[in-house]
Amino acid sequence: MRRLFPALAVLLLWSLAAAEVAIPPLKARVTDLTGTLSAAQQQALEHTLAEFEARKGSQIALLMLPSTQPETVEQYAVRVEEAWKLGRKGVDDGVLLLVAKDDRKLRIEVGYGLEGVLPDATAKRIIEEDITPRFKQGDYYGGVRAGTDRIMKVIEGEPLPSPRARSSAQPLLDFTGSIVIGLVAVSIAQAILHALFGRFLGSGLTGAAAGLLVWLVVGWVVAAAAVGLVVFLLSLFVPPASVMRGGGGRSGSSGGGWSSSGGGGGFSGGGGSSGGGGASGSW
Amino acid sequence: MKRFLASTLVLAAILTLGGCGYNTLQQTDESIKASWAEVVNQYQRRADLIPNLVATVKGFAAQEQAVLLGVTNARAKVGSIQATPELVNDPQAFQRFAAAQGELTSALSRLMVVVERYPDLKSDANFRDLQAQLEGTENRIAVARKRYIGAVQEYNVTVRSFPSNLTAMLFGFSQKPQFTVENEKEIARPPKVDFGK
Repeated sequence: MRRLFPALAVLLLWSLAAAEVAIPPLKARVTDLTGTLSAAQQQALEHTLAEFEARKGSQIALLMLPSTQPETVEQYAVRVEEAWKLGRKGVDDGVLLLVAKDDRKLRIEVGYGLEGVLPDATAKRIIEEDITPRFKQGDYYGGVRAGTDRIMKVIEGEPLPSPRARSSAQPLLDFTGSIVIGLVAVSIAQAILHALFGRFLGSGLTGAAAGLLVWLVVGWVVAAAAVGLVVFLLSLFVPPASVMRGGGGRSGSSGGGWSSSGGGGGFSGGGGSSGGGGASGSW
Repeated sequence: MKRFLASTLVLAAILTLGGCGYNTLQQTDESIKASWAEVVNQYQRRADLIPNLVATVKGFAAQEQAVLLGVTNARAKVGSIQATPELVNDPQAFQRFAAAQGELTSALSRLMVVVERYPDLKSDANFRDLQAQLEGTENRIAVARKRYIGAVQEYNVTVRSFPSNLTAMLFGFSQKPQFTVENEKEIARPPKVDFGK
């Protein structure tokens, strides 16, 4: 019975979504589905917004799409915000600039945490004074540029938690990083414990230690048991040196992936939320 | 043998208790409370905007007595209904609340239509800010209502479907009122505030 509800909900959502414009996946701060902005323009804007996030912590994203019909631009913006979760969790300092080009409608959707510094009236002024005059002349890049510049200037004045707070809380949860560290630690522990207690008991202890560590960090007994078992089997059947080598190889390749994903700007929302604050306009 | 059978049955009953929906009922009930608080909060925010709005419009269009009075009266009526969290447990009070808010919505939209005739008012900076605030608040109301509707739907499905309906009956969880489609048309329509042209 319980399994039926999610299934029904998914069906319902799916049938609703079929009629609505799908929400594009969040890959970068600048998403242009209309092909209006050139690659260089997109990159320049992306760079500015990334730099702002690094300095101030707030996430600003731009989405340009042909149309949001049959939904209004407001309804669509809320759905995008719910899916993208711009802004940091708890701070809710995300801003979405949504442009529906063929509808000639746009919206600035403001996260809860910025409703004080960027109230509806200010958002409306940014739209009417900075963005739409340029849109009317066909200068889309100038419009979004001026709009985001002014949004950033407004947010600049607001004391927000420093962006470092997030990066210092993150490393523990970094998936690839923890796996690499875990593999290295396991191989070292395995080498020592094998030497001290022999192959079987040594592997058992390695698995138990790994499971305990996972339980302490993650807090899931099931996950801990699974990891413990895997480590036990690995440690039992893979000789110490090769685990070490495997761990080394893994860390090398994932290190490369890391830096490339950092440079390419793999972007995701920080878990912020909004409740329909902001303003809309048309040109 | 009998004893074994009985203890197995008891054990099975305990194990299946997790599937009886009690926890789901509690969770969804709480999320209704939270989303209802947000709905009330946003309606309150709108009501708080109105005195300022009426005063500003009066400064430019004092002759529109009837429309202004309509807004003031509708707001007074909204203010007279205590919007407590318990409202969600009383379908009749809920309907009254929804109807009063709907009246205020239509009074406001009439005001916004009238405003069209006063170019001075439309270009007044103070009025434009108020208008942006009103627009934003109407949108927040729409979002809050949508989230409330979603929360109530989840709860009502749990209350009505088997086997959690038995649990709901046992512990006295009844269905919560929903914003109905009829009201929807009245209430969900934001006042027309398009001054693009």
